[in-house]
Amino acid sequence: MSVLSSSLHHHPETQPFWSALGERRFLFKACRGCGRAHWYPRAICPFCDSPDTEWRNASGRGVIYSYSIMRVAKPPYAIAYVTLEEGPTMMTNIVDSDLEAIAIGKPVEVAIRKTTDDESLPMFKLA
Amino acid sequence: MSINGMAYIVGAYEHPTRKAPDKSVAQLHAEVALGALADAGLSKDDVDGYFCGGDAPGTGPLSLVEYMNLKVRHADSTNIGGSSYILHVNHAAQAIAAGKCDVALITLAGRPRSESLQKGPPQRTDNPVQPDFPWEQAFGMTTLNAYAMCAMRHMHEFGTTSDQLAWVKVAASHHAQHNPNAMLRDVVTVEDVANSPVVADPLRRLDCCVISDGGGAVIVTRPEIARSLKRPLVKVRGAGEAIKHLSGGDVDLTYSAGARSGPLAFTEAGLKPTDIKYVSLYDSFTMTVIIQLEDLGFCRKGEGGRFVADGNLISGVGRLPFNTDGGGLCNNHPNHRGGMTKIIEAVRQLRGEAHPAVQVANCDLALAHGTGGLLGTRHGSATLIMERE
Ligand SMILES: [Zn+2]
Repeated sequence: MSVLSSSLHHHPETQPFWSALGERRFLFKACRGCGRAHWYPRAICPFCDSPDTEWRNASGRGVIYSYSIMRVAKPPYAIAYVTLEEGPTMMTNIVDSDLEAIAIGKPVEVAIRKTTDDESLPMFKLA
Repeated sequence: MSINGMAYIVGAYEHPTRKAPDKSVAQLHAEVALGALADAGLSKDDVDGYFCGGDAPGTGPLSLVEYMNLKVRHADSTNIGGSSYILHVNHAAQAIAAGKCDVALITLAGRPRSESLQKGPPQRTDNPVQPDFPWEQAFGMTTLNAYAMCAMRHMHEFGTTSDQLAWVKVAASHHAQHNPNAMLRDVVTVEDVANSPVVADPLRRLDCCVISDGGGAVIVTRPEIARSLKRPLVKVRGAGEAIKHLSGGDVDLTYSAGARSGPLAFTEAGLKPTDIKYVSLYDSFTMTVIIQLEDLGFCRKGEGGRFVADGNLISGVGRLPFNTDGGGLCNNHPNHRGGMTKIIEAVRQLRGEAHPAVQVANCDLALAHGTGGLLGTRHGSATLIMERE
């Protein structure tokens, strides 16, 4: 989606995330100071203010916290908040799944989607 | 310093138009400003403080102060979306209490209905520089599905039902039938809401507010000036504001920033929710009202669905009359921002100037509350408690 490419050059702070995603690796940011993972990724830990944050490989597993199916879109699509195994909850899409089977609490796994030639997005599918 | 008793709302005006294809946004701002000044019995030259939201044309107040040829010594355009104007009354009262201005003008106007006739889900146009942008916009987040995810989670945790959501719309429609300016004047039933198409699960079309042009304005001033005017006295008793966000990924969509702004306002006013006779609540969606009722303490968390059922929000019928002008769900939602109209109908109720069919008897204490931005991500809440003196 063009909405992404128009914004990414403004965010050098998170460029490693998007580069890794292009190599089909899904990263998250965790803090060496307090040990907590956060979302979205930041250079400075939003919990303890430590600048000592690091990229880690995510398991890609999570559960649906909430979701909605956009019925007025053509075709309809599912937006969701997924709580990652590592702790934080992130906004995403549920894809490659029966839209009517989506439910809160269901386990999901990451489904990295190439949206343009040089862009990928971290989406999820029902596990 | 408390603002309790330091300021009064002396002028209020709601633009009667809902569609303004032949007017500029600045013109609408000027029309509502002059309307509110006339209502107060003041002139433009009395205004020395000006407040507008981030949606106003120009960089903050710069363009509009010039357009209206105001001479102000205090200006503020704090932007927390559609709830900005309720916050502005708080900020105006603070400025008056601090001696920074005497007569504050607050305006809202816009014409999204005339500017965009396209169908389908509205696309958000946030700034790509904002840090959350690539983590949300790329997933097709819109106002609709952001609020819908709150509703979905609230239903999951508390058993809130679609029929309970529908009662919020039913109550608004009962009030709107008496408002000749309301966009939707037909009384609807729970079945009507249930039979309207789903737009973003679990929200249906009739769970959503209208899109309208128009606007509104209010005038806030110090007690001595208020008493010199010939209007009923509406005193600012207390106010609170708060911002809630996604907390680094520690997400809980079941409550709003009203859980913090509400208690601040009640404490400053020295009142409790059971003292309030009438509420104006931001009704961008039916679920917004239910979550706000809980957060403001009108019922316990999770009980909002049961609280609104069976007409409890209908004036003359239920325990807590709300949005007696029809609200955003039926009357208007100028420029996608409902905060201003929430203040205006509360002022009408306190003055005894609401439509007789919906006027609350002995309405001496009213609350106006807004949630601006997106309930499903980051938003600001503002709570304002007013008293008829
Ligand atoms: Zn930390």
